[in-house]
Amino acid sequence: MSNSTGVSARGKGRAGFGSAFPVAYERARRRAGARRAPLNLLLLPLLYVTETFGAINETFHEWWIRQPGWSRWTVYILLIVGGVLLPSEQVASFMSPETDWATLLFFPIGGYVLLAIGLNVVVGQAGLLDLGYVAFFAIGGYTMAVFGTKYGWSFWEILLVGLVLSALSGVVLGAPTLRLRGDYLAIVTLGFGEIVRITANNTEYIGGPNGIGGIPHPPSLSEWAFPDAFPFNLVGLEGVQPLSYGTLSAHSYYYLMLATIVAVIIFAKRLERSRVGRAWAAVREDEDAAELMGVPTFKFKLAAFAIGAAIGGAVGVVYASQAISIIPNNFPFILSATILAAVVMGGSGNIPGVMVGAFLVAWIPERIRFFGEYRVLIFGAVLVALMVFRPEGILPSRQRKAELEEGTGGMGSMGAEVAGPTADAEAGR
Amino acid sequence: MKATHNVHNFLEQFWPSTVDGLALGSIYALIALGYTMVYGVLRLINFAHSEIFMIGTMAVIGALHALGVSSLYGGLGLVGFVIVLAFLAGLASGASAVVLELVAYRPLRKKGASRLAALISAIGASLFLQQLFARIVIPEAFDLPKEKGALPVQGHFVERDNVIEIGDLVISNDKLIIFVGAILMMVALDQFVNRTRLGRGIRATAQDPETAVLMGVNIDRIVTATFAIGGAMAGVAAALFMLRFEEAKFDVGFLLGIKAFTAAVLGGIGNLRGALAGGLVLGLVEMYGAALFGTQWQHVIAFSVLVLVLMFRPTGILGESLQQARA
Repeated sequence: MSNSTGVSARGKGRAGFGSAFPVAYERARRRAGARRAPLNLLLLPLLYVTETFGAINETFHEWWIRQPGWSRWTVYILLIVGGVLLPSEQVASFMSPETDWATLLFFPIGGYVLLAIGLNVVVGQAGLLDLGYVAFFAIGGYTMAVFGTKYGWSFWEILLVGLVLSALSGVVLGAPTLRLRGDYLAIVTLGFGEIVRITANNTEYIGGPNGIGGIPHPPSLSEWAFPDAFPFNLVGLEGVQPLSYGTLSAHSYYYLMLATIVAVIIFAKRLERSRVGRAWAAVREDEDAAELMGVPTFKFKLAAFAIGAAIGGAVGVVYASQAISIIPNNFPFILSATILAAVVMGGSGNIPGVMVGAFLVAWIPERIRFFGEYRVLIFGAVLVALMVFRPEGILPSRQRKAELEEGTGGMGSMGAEVAGPTADAEAGR
Repeated sequence: MKATHNVHNFLEQFWPSTVDGLALGSIYALIALGYTMVYGVLRLINFAHSEIFMIGTMAVIGALHALGVSSLYGGLGLVGFVIVLAFLAGLASGASAVVLELVAYRPLRKKGASRLAALISAIGASLFLQQLFARIVIPEAFDLPKEKGALPVQGHFVERDNVIEIGDLVISNDKLIIFVGAILMMVALDQFVNRTRLGRGIRATAQDPETAVLMGVNIDRIVTATFAIGGAMAGVAAALFMLRFEEAKFDVGFLLGIKAFTAAVLGGIGNLRGALAGGLVLGLVEMYGAALFGTQWQHVIAFSVLVLVLMFRPTGILGESLQQARA
């Protein structure tokens, strides 16, 4: 499996940054030429943009895998510093002129990014289609709300409980259903998401449709504030207390989310490279073959479900700790669909990809608020357009991309994909 | 105490629940046909099918407004009128399903894109259509102020009376028309798929697209036909739905669509007769469940039954077999 993809990856590579643009142009032209509709003339610029993006991505990857450890670490540290400085005034004025940028960064942006990383474990790595991921988010949120208001536990204790409870719910959902094939699993998980929401709606103990209010904030860790010195004074972050959780500023919650995201990325990345990750790839590519080779597929699928669920639950706990009150309608099906869209459109299986995807689906509707009531309409159209032009996602994982081209990878291609000469020409590209 | 009350309630409600369940189940079954046929041919969950249904309901309301219907119909007049409405709605829904396929799925299909990508495209198309109707089409078509586009629009045309009364078993004319109409459509479709040339093409493609191409089946035509037929069935379902509920709004298709897809899976996805079986079973289970545990648990019961059935019959009640449909 890794062999065949490795060959194709190396075959394309060895290109410097300079060659990205002509390569992209050539590809865009070929794609447009393959379909003869005159509409394509109009769409050529769009194709050019997406293909350029893809080519830059590939070139960057080529460069990246040849770097020694210290230069990778430099990049990681720069990224984290960038994350810390992200809620600055200058960025806010461009990214979100109409809403509070730090609040936006906490949720939906940070929350979606983390949910997408969690869902990516299930969909991108293990290749299981989960349409009810929001259920685990809800379970995390309600864990925080119930233990925080009724038992007076502190945030850190509840975080642990939330992780365990949501992982358990993943096992409870997975154990009877994971023997089902892909699309059956999709509808069962969708049903599970609805069951959780409606049950919350109907249960008096957790407030029914009114939800739970008065959820406590996390206890402040320290009153320490960013000093009025470089670089904080340049970006308007001086005086922000990153470790004290009040009601006024969303900055500290954003940092809490950021820390969780970094921790989860490290965890997910280590998993991906481990025996578990390889088992998931095998299950995703060909479950029967994996089983025959001695991979206990059911066990690993269940593990993927539990881990994905635990990550979703963690987001729920963090979210509820800021939100003060939650209601069942905070967890609608459309949220599951949005997160799935983020994963697929970012490039399922690739963590930077799904983060970009999640960022876009969270940020675009906020940024285009000036379209007012039409923003969801435009968002829907953008989803279709993105999938039409770049079905493999913005930053696809190379292994997933190769699998998708071969028509393997769990969610293989559509049944009637053999549609004539153009399809063959595309496939041979 | 509560349990006995529930059982008592259930027994009392048994016949009305049965009739309601069969009527609801018939509508589920007709919508499920669209899911199941598209799934059979493309292995794709056509998420935007619920919006195709919504377009059908809007076509019905639009037709009622355009024709200036103010009187209520009953008896045979109602049957004839429903046939006209079903035809119009079927046309509107079928046409929009074909356009949907052309715009949102065909380009992906030609690229050999993953089914996951197609699913996202479907979700995008679904959002787009819902919002298009809520923000633009409904306000324009029914002269509503823009911000009222998300409210339900009405179309009354049914004069209800009870046509069958045997003891507790009371069947009103609308429910009878729904049930009979749905069964007729299912039988017609079953015959169509099993007996005609196009139907054979559909079955061949569902079974093995590559071989079907080699045997001279024009896949693009088959896919278009599948969407057109599935869409038309959703349109008919929409007309029958309007007969019973007389109002619809932009997201009317959402829950119905999920339920219909559940019904398709319950019966065995890709299987036409399975869609009927699944739809009726789901409708009955929901109504009995509502009588037993209260209406607020209706949806939870539906999905729980789905999980239970799939645990014991992982490919649904009748199994998957558009390809092996016997004739």
